[in-house]
Amino acid sequence: MKIGVLALQGAFAEHQSVLESLGVEVVQVRLPQHLAQLDGLIIPGGESTTIGKLAEDFNLIQPLRLFGREHAIWGTCAGAIFLSKDIGRRQPLLELMNITVARNAFGRQVDSFEVDLSMPCLLEVDPVDRPFRTVFIRAPIIESVGKGVEILSQLSDGRIVAARQGQLLATSFHPELTGDDRFHRYFMELAK
Amino acid sequence: MEQKVGSFEVKKGLAQMLKGGVIMDVVNAEHAKIAEDAGACAVMALERVPADIRADGGVARMSDPEIILKIMDTVSIPVMAKCRIGHFVEAQILEAIGVDYIDESEVLTPADEAHHIYKHDFKVPFVCGCRNLGEALRRIGEGAAMIRTKGEAGTGDVVEAVRHARTVLGEIRRLQNMPEEEVMAFSKEIGAPYEVVLETRRLGRMPVVNFAAGGIATPADAALMMQLGVDGVFVGSGIFKSGDPARRASAIVKATTHFQDAKILAEVSRNLGGAMVGRQISALTEEEKLATRGW
Repeated sequence: MKIGVLALQGAFAEHQSVLESLGVEVVQVRLPQHLAQLDGLIIPGGESTTIGKLAEDFNLIQPLRLFGREHAIWGTCAGAIFLSKDIGRRQPLLELMNITVARNAFGRQVDSFEVDLSMPCLLEVDPVDRPFRTVFIRAPIIESVGKGVEILSQLSDGRIVAARQGQLLATSFHPELTGDDRFHRYFMELAK
Repeated sequence: MEQKVGSFEVKKGLAQMLKGGVIMDVVNAEHAKIAEDAGACAVMALERVPADIRADGGVARMSDPEIILKIMDTVSIPVMAKCRIGHFVEAQILEAIGVDYIDESEVLTPADEAHHIYKHDFKVPFVCGCRNLGEALRRIGEGAAMIRTKGEAGTGDVVEAVRHARTVLGEIRRLQNMPEEEVMAFSKEIGAPYEVVLETRRLGRMPVVNFAAGGIATPADAALMMQLGVDGVFVGSGIFKSGDPARRASAIVKATTHFQDAKILAEVSRNLGGAMVGRQISALTEEEKLATRGW
């Protein structure tokens, strides 16, 4: 299996090392031609304005949209913002997922937090039911989901933090920072 | 489901999200907007850029919170601000107004000539400067969640940034290749906490993100630091002391992403207008060097 990580800016090396530990061949994607032959793509956390601007400057928006119609894409944090249809402000988006997202929904860095969340979808890759440690860093939330989107996880107050639409996956939090590879294995199933 | 704020994981995590990016010094909301539009992954809010601090002389302190708050209102990206070395009350004030990162910086006049801030006590993360591995690991021991090599701020001369990056990365290579029984003596020699030394040896890198700073003025400078092996770059005076800040800022962002692609580097380096005039390090007196501040 060959999975790309969008390497314009952000925590792409962290995703790469989890994938490599699972025996996946990883390609860093900085230009459209790097998408060839990939089974899936991860868009990492970082600054969504920076990632969006560089994607526009290097003509990646359209190739990424086409890629996402046929292949699995997983966006974490800034990546989830980039995958969404609408964020209530002007910046480049892929508009692939039928979700609206609010940036910096929990406040500033001093409000960033960790919490254990129940993640029933992970039973598909690991039969031992246990919570998943989620790390939220200046994180967005998924404000609303449209047709075809399944909610995978919510905070105790009901706010949506993980969703899936077919082979597209969005998480507000950072599974690449926790040392728990279940979410990466879940994504590999989507990319098969 | 108990939420935990201000953990080291969360502090270090924000720096991980900044990797591969450019953090730009800005002195007002208008500059901050230019930086964000150019693709900066964060801004450093200041009253004066280091080149002006150098030129003006006198005591350099934390900026007026009003300036920082205006910048925080203007941009959606993280906002950092500087406090003086050892000045934990300036740090408390910066935390209270909600900045995303504090730079305990040698660019400002030190408030304590022996001690840095005990950074574990804060919810807000800190970045600190270093010239070598020992200095970096002492700062991590005190709670820094991100490190930057110091270079020599406000000069536009990249030579010190290169020296400090090579020193740190070279010491890590040496640490990795020595037999186990030499690690304690190495730890003593560089004056760093043994546990952090062991972790660095195990990881083959510092346990936190490491950016380069101090003298980066061109897209080629940024790519040079990235190729040497740092995680991202700070650009201070290099942008807003140049002829065309918006264009240069955008070019440095592109060069940091495509640091290994010489064709793209050539393309983005074209027609940028004048770079900052700068000052050669070799023409500075010892008293003028900022990098020697920090203990």
